[in-house]
Amino acid sequence: MRFNGVSALRVAAYGGLAFLHLPLLFIALYAFNSNESGYTFPLDGLTLKWFARALERSDIREAIGLSLSVATMATLLAMVLGTCTAAALNRDRFFGKDAFTTMLILPIALPGIVTGIALLAAFKLMDVTPGFWTIVVGHATFCVVIVHNNVVARLRRLPARFIEASMDLGADTLTTLRYIVLPQLSTALMAGGILAFALSVDELIVTTFTSGSEKTLPIWLLNQLSRPREVAVTNVVALGVMLITMPLILVAWRLTRDGDANPNNR
Amino acid sequence: MLKLAPLATASPASAMELSPFSKSGQGLLRPLSNLLYQRKGLTLALLLAPPLLWFGVVYLGSLLMLLGQSALTFDEMAMSVTAELTSANFVALLVPANLDIVLRTLAMAVAVTLGCVAIGFPMAYYMAHYAKPAEKGFFFVAVMLPMWASYIVKAYAWTVLLAKGGVIYWGLEQLHLLGVLHAVLGLPAVGGETLATSNLGRFLVFTYIWLPFMVLPIQAAIERVPSNLLFASSDLGATPFQTFRKILWPLAFPGVVAGSIFTFSLTLGDYIIPQLVGPSGLYIGSMVYTLQGTIGNIPMAAAFTCVPIVLITIYLAIARRLGAFNAL
Repeated sequence: MRFNGVSALRVAAYGGLAFLHLPLLFIALYAFNSNESGYTFPLDGLTLKWFARALERSDIREAIGLSLSVATMATLLAMVLGTCTAAALNRDRFFGKDAFTTMLILPIALPGIVTGIALLAAFKLMDVTPGFWTIVVGHATFCVVIVHNNVVARLRRLPARFIEASMDLGADTLTTLRYIVLPQLSTALMAGGILAFALSVDELIVTTFTSGSEKTLPIWLLNQLSRPREVAVTNVVALGVMLITMPLILVAWRLTRDGDANPNNR
Repeated sequence: MLKLAPLATASPASAMELSPFSKSGQGLLRPLSNLLYQRKGLTLALLLAPPLLWFGVVYLGSLLMLLGQSALTFDEMAMSVTAELTSANFVALLVPANLDIVLRTLAMAVAVTLGCVAIGFPMAYYMAHYAKPAEKGFFFVAVMLPMWASYIVKAYAWTVLLAKGGVIYWGLEQLHLLGVLHAVLGLPAVGGETLATSNLGRFLVFTYIWLPFMVLPIQAAIERVPSNLLFASSDLGATPFQTFRKILWPLAFPGVVAGSIFTFSLTLGDYIIPQLVGPSGLYIGSMVYTLQGTIGNIPMAAAFTCVPIVLITIYLAIARRLGAFNAL
């Protein structure tokens, strides 16, 4: 009886995993589909020609370029702001701490459409033309909490005795910060940055409101859905997006995990 | 105390001579360091200023501006916003057509949340209690990767899979189950013309996309339930179902609520998936998008955005009471 229960659970768990992964595997497979229509199954045959076509198209290259530069800018901003918030909130209680925490998670707790339209309405009111910088502002806003979460988790595990020892040895606040705190934070900060970058590359909902006529990679993909042009190429780009972000996520995971496994942190 | 005080101030200076750090602490940086150390409030203020400015001005500023606009008048003839205060936009939310949109979205959000619990709970339970360490790591990565994978790629993948002539139709045909599919699609409220234009299809896509957001919080919550409790329960003669209902479920519930914050809130605000998959009726998100886009009726769009804001605020308040924030 008990054994049966466990195997049923195992089947359910692996079934759930299959549900999570099969659609992604199929999209990867479709990128090699020799048929032009892009969705029929079974596939007619396998080909690499759509990869060549995707590389030739300037609209795709521009979308990739824009996505990467927006993500870089937003990540840098989020890393600075997220480190500040983590350092501040890791300290003792202060007036408005709860309110501040709430404000920080608001951009991801509220649906993206709320953030998107709020920013758009504000930009319109201030006569700001949507473009590169408005996208960056939108992305940075919800990336801060990603960096914050990573850094604050590491700060909480950073033993006070490290800092005390440094101070006992005569180091001042800034020296301790530079030689003790920042090195201990570096992997967490990097992981947060990488995740923020990956999130920014993928973000669609806020971007549709703040991008104006600019096309990031996700917006390009969305446009392909309503006005398809070479469906087979879209499959290649979809695979490409996954190939950009998946390794980043794995690296970020390794970084936080190694940091947690570090016995010095306990 | 009095005697110790001068000693305490003197000790950093004398330690400086011996310190390996002493060189870097000289010059202008030392007074700054001391200031930062002594004036905790100042340090805190310096740390908080940049994010406060960013969130206070950019984010909250625009959010409040949006909420403010929801009370402005939209002149339908001139297609422009005038600065006359009105409650008309909120009254208009209660018009049957608009109420319908709210209820439809809400129903889908609830259904998706339940669907995610149904699929996610067994996964989380297996991960937390039965998987070997390596297997647990594998599961964790395997859940996290699709969670972070591109939203639009996932949505796009489903439009390809659900299409007539696509993988799912082909698979069901091979299994001779197309008849079953047509029967299901014939059901009211669930079905539709094809899988890609049915509520069932939309539910599948939503559940797929938000599922990882449910699995991980539940897993974290179950992880904290000591196995002894489960063993004790079965030792005392409880059936596995009783153990689940009386022990595991109540203890893991905060995790379920934590996960549901995501599934609920994300479904409530989404407007891309309703546009890509499912029948043609509008959702809160698509309504907001339409209102601000083609017509430029930001006041009404703002009033509509208040619906998810209010619903989620209530939801978060309940979740906090249920202890879900500790399970995040």
